[in-house]
Amino acid sequence: MEKTVNQKAWFLILPVLILVAFSAVIPLMTVVNYSVQDTFGQNEFFWVGLEWFAEMLDSDRMWDALGRQLMFSAIILAIQIPLGVFVALNMPKRGFWSSFCLVVMSLPLLIPWNVVGTIWQIFGRVDIGLLGYTLDALGISYNYTQDTFAAWATIIIMDVWHWTSLVALLAFAGLKSIPDAYYQAAKIDQASRWAIFRYIELPKMMGVLMIAILLRFMDSFMIYTEPFVVTGGGPGNATTLLSIDLVKMALGQFDLGPAAAFSIMYYLVILLISYVFYTVMTTVEKNEG
Amino acid sequence: MDWMAWTWPTALFFICIAAILTVFTVLAIKFPETPRKGVLRLETTRGDRLFITLLGSAFINLAWLGVVGANQPLALIVCLVYAFAVFRWV
Repeated sequence: MEKTVNQKAWFLILPVLILVAFSAVIPLMTVVNYSVQDTFGQNEFFWVGLEWFAEMLDSDRMWDALGRQLMFSAIILAIQIPLGVFVALNMPKRGFWSSFCLVVMSLPLLIPWNVVGTIWQIFGRVDIGLLGYTLDALGISYNYTQDTFAAWATIIIMDVWHWTSLVALLAFAGLKSIPDAYYQAAKIDQASRWAIFRYIELPKMMGVLMIAILLRFMDSFMIYTEPFVVTGGGPGNATTLLSIDLVKMALGQFDLGPAAAFSIMYYLVILLISYVFYTVMTTVEKNEG
Repeated sequence: MDWMAWTWPTALFFICIAAILTVFTVLAIKFPETPRKGVLRLETTRGDRLFITLLGSAFINLAWLGVVGANQPLALIVCLVYAFAVFRWV
C-alpha cells in the first residue's frame, strides 16, 4: 500500500516557531540592525553600512581572540575526548560500583559555571589555594594572574575537570549498548584488547562520540563565565576568548555596532562548524544503520 | 519596535530571506523533496541546499568585504553563481 504523503503536518510546528521567534529570531534581527548603525545612546541610530564589518575583519583584536578561541577548543577536545573514552572503558560495567562511579562523575556537571570558576580561582591562589600553595612550596613558579602559561593551564585543567565526565558518561552509554555477543565473537577469534576497541567498541561508540564532540565544541566555543571568573581574560589579553572580548566590547565600551558585527561573524562560524559536525554525524549514523 | 532600530536595507534583507523561506516551504508542500547525492557525496534535500547557499553566501560577502573591500554588490553576483552551482551539483 502506498504511504500517504501529507506535508501539511509541518504546520504543527508553528507554536515552536513562534516561541523561537521571540527568544532567538527577533533578538538576532536586532543584532543585524545594530551591526549596520552607530549609536551614542538615547536610542538614536545612524546608518554606517558595512563599516563595522570591515573594521572587524581588519581588527587584529578579533583575529587574535578567534585564534585563542580555536586553540582553546582544539586543546580541550584533544584532551577530553580520549580521556573520557579511557575513563568509560575502565568504569565498572554493572553493580554497585558502576552506579557509584556514575553519580560521582555527574557531580562536576551539576556545579554552576561561576561556582566552578570561583573554586578554581581560589584553588590556584598561591597564598591560600591548595594547588597554588603546593606548587609554590615545591618550588614550581605558578601564578595564573601573571604568567600566560599558568593561566592557560588553569583554565584548560578547569574545563577538563568540569566536562570530561560528560564525554565519559556518553561514551559509557555507548559501550553499554554493545551486545555481549560481539565480545563473545571477539573472544572466539582471540582478538587482542586493542582489536576489540578498534573494531567493536569504537565503531559502536561513534554516534554518541560525535554528539559528545559537537556538544563540547559548541560549549567550549561559547565559554565565558569560567575563564572570566578565574583570569578575567588576563594576564594582558592572554585568555581573552571570543565571548569575553565580545562582552568587553558591547557592555564595557558600549560599542554596539562593532560588537553586533562581531557577534554575527561569531554566530556564522559556530553555525558553519556545527553544520559540518551535524552532517558528519548524520552520515556516520546512516552508514551504521 | 523602536528598540529594534530598523532600517530599510535591513528590513528588505529580512523580507527577502522570509520570501525565500516561504517559497521553499510552498515548494516542499507542492513537490515533496527527495534527497540526492551530489559532488560532495552528501545526501542533500532542496532545503539543505538552500541552507548551504545562504550560509555560503554570508561567507562570500564577508570574504569580499575583507579581501576586495569595494563594490560589495558584485559579491552578490558571486553568490548567485555559487547558488546555481550548489543547486545544480551539490
